[in-house]
Amino acid sequence: MLDSLKRNPQLNANGELTHLLSIHGLPVEILTQVLDTASSFLEVSDRDVKKVPLLRGKSVFNVFFENSTRTRTTFEIAAKRLSADVINLDVTRSSTAKGETLLDTVDNLVAMHADMFVVRHAASGAPYLIVDHLYRVGRRDVHVVNAGDGRHSHPTQGLLDMYTIRHYKKDFTQLTVAIVGDILHSRVARSDIHALKTLGVAEIRAVGPQTLMPLEVEKMGVRVCNDLQVGLKDCDVVIMLRLQNERMNGVLLPSAREYFRSYGLTPKTLALAKPDAIVMHPGPMNRGVEIDSEVADGPQAVILPQVSFGIAVRMAVMSILAGN
Amino acid sequence: MNGEFDSPCIQISNGRVIDPKIGFDEQTDLFIAKGCIQAVGRRPSEFTPTRLIDARNRVVCPGLVDLSARLTSLESELSAAVAGGVTALACPPDTMPPLDETGLVERLVRRSEALGLARVYPIGALTQQLAGERLSEMVSLTRAGCIAFSQAKQPIFDTQVLWRAMQYAATFDYAMRLQPQDHYLARDGVAHDGEVASRLGLAGIPVCAETVAIVTALQLAQETGARLHLARLSSAAGVALVREAKRNGLKISCDVSIYHLHLSEADIGYFDSHARFDPPLRSVSDREALRSAAAEGLAAVCSDHTPVDEDGKQLPFAESLPGATGLELLLPLVLRWADEMKLPLHQALARITSDPAAILGIEAGCLTLGRPADLCIFDPTEPWRVAAGVLRSEGKNTPFMDDAMIGRVHTTLVGGRVVYETKA
Repeated sequence: MLDSLKRNPQLNANGELTHLLSIHGLPVEILTQVLDTASSFLEVSDRDVKKVPLLRGKSVFNVFFENSTRTRTTFEIAAKRLSADVINLDVTRSSTAKGETLLDTVDNLVAMHADMFVVRHAASGAPYLIVDHLYRVGRRDVHVVNAGDGRHSHPTQGLLDMYTIRHYKKDFTQLTVAIVGDILHSRVARSDIHALKTLGVAEIRAVGPQTLMPLEVEKMGVRVCNDLQVGLKDCDVVIMLRLQNERMNGVLLPSAREYFRSYGLTPKTLALAKPDAIVMHPGPMNRGVEIDSEVADGPQAVILPQVSFGIAVRMAVMSILAGN
Repeated sequence: MNGEFDSPCIQISNGRVIDPKIGFDEQTDLFIAKGCIQAVGRRPSEFTPTRLIDARNRVVCPGLVDLSARLTSLESELSAAVAGGVTALACPPDTMPPLDETGLVERLVRRSEALGLARVYPIGALTQQLAGERLSEMVSLTRAGCIAFSQAKQPIFDTQVLWRAMQYAATFDYAMRLQPQDHYLARDGVAHDGEVASRLGLAGIPVCAETVAIVTALQLAQETGARLHLARLSSAAGVALVREAKRNGLKISCDVSIYHLHLSEADIGYFDSHARFDPPLRSVSDREALRSAAAEGLAAVCSDHTPVDEDGKQLPFAESLPGATGLELLLPLVLRWADEMKLPLHQALARITSDPAAILGIEAGCLTLGRPADLCIFDPTEPWRVAAGVLRSEGKNTPFMDDAMIGRVHTTLVGGRVVYETKA
């Protein structure tokens, strides 16, 4: 077995973050370092000149093998505010369509002197393959940020969710957090679960029907609630997950309407949570499927602040990687 | 086999001679002439050895019999076989094109015989093109050299076809093999549906994909009287079903791959595609059940040799090709398992000699006098390291790359001729 696939490939020999691939396996110190660094970047966005020179002269390649507008844009803004040169590649439509393999694409971009890759791919684990390849070809100076791989991980989303929770709730250790929806296919849920666990949250609940729940998910440290009422009772944070269109009608769920009836977040069901509970969503939302507009636009929703925090968190991640 | 009659008179002296079939285990001599085993122990009168093989501190046992080895290229893979001490192997029908025509089977038999290395026993396609729709010409394929029929890893969607295939095979008492996995339950899955797949976000293959298929196959075998062999069990629940069926008197057999005796889902680590197998590596408790099943003799052990090139492995886990090279690792990995299980050597060797020979219905895997001298001579304590340059197979894909192995083959004989030996 390859050495780099045996040990945690995102940490260097000194235990510092050199790639961000998953929240799993990261110590609490690194999570806190990212959140604290993000705090210091938050005010940059409010300045007249929204730039700091930390990544000046560096090339950040956004390599998206899967479509995304929102995530790619926030990464682009974050890199630009750090003064990096940003190159966007929509690989779905170019090279891979011509039969080029993932690693061929990577080799080509390395030859173009990329300093950092921001990668999104439909296959779980694809960024690990890239990191393993970079090790083998001796390019330990190139950093990789996972911007979402299959169902596995979306670590910057997990970190911005933690930033949001810390912003509104301060202390993690007394919190009850409910993650509601399609846990099975959600990389956001997996990232949030690992992050919440590492930060010492008192109780993490995974809420959804059995068809959308991964087997043995309890071993990740969550309490499974098939009943939304039970899942929301007295919780401090509600994280709603997006239900993808292709899951709505078929073998996993009979219809979007029936899903909303059992698992949709409405003012009535939200009332089961603590009065000061916050409502989060990674976006884009399906109004009327997983969340009622009245809740999405209501006073407890912190969905738009999540987006703003996301830029600061991504700036923090990129600046930390570039420094290690 | 070429040259069986002009083969030399060989005396193998002072080896630890093990015949797993009868539990024989003694330090003694073995005498070979006319390609066959002439005597064990005392030299026959009028035997003048033309060649002496010193087997001191080495084990002399029947050549290994492998229940499944994919032969990407005949020459390289059969060289790998004899380098691993394997003298007989069954070739599954999922070749390109599949073994569903007599011409293809005859060609495979002829070409492998011409090489004079390990003996190749083709397994015919159960259905045409392995499509699971129309029966293959089993009678003709048997005449051409097939010793059993299977779908390899291809599904039969239609249970009526499976039922009729078993009836037809039972009509002629042909052996039938199935790798039990319900296609629909396993659909899109790439790893054991459990803790690791859930954490890594890999689509899971649930244990019920195996048990549902086993229950169906057992029921149909009972109805039809087909001689059924279940290939590559992966789960404790699967083992329990087979054990129960045997207790109820059903004449079935099963096997496990050598990799499933040593690895579990945890070996996927950070998406290591070398740990992708079909069926998948399951939980540690599943692995323990497979190890016990093999130890008690319920299951035979095979290499499930599947060469995959770098391009097939250098892909995201779910897109990579399953399988590992195995012919040259079968013996040392069985020795490792036997050592860990505190199993007597002759019992461990039975799982890769006499047991699979009985399953295949071939005269091999034993040291019976008068039988062709297919032998493996190995040093059970000699260490070596797995490396791409050491493996003769085209397949360099194994999770055990760079690992230290104990037990090294020194000489392999097929039909009384030395077909492999280490230098000095």
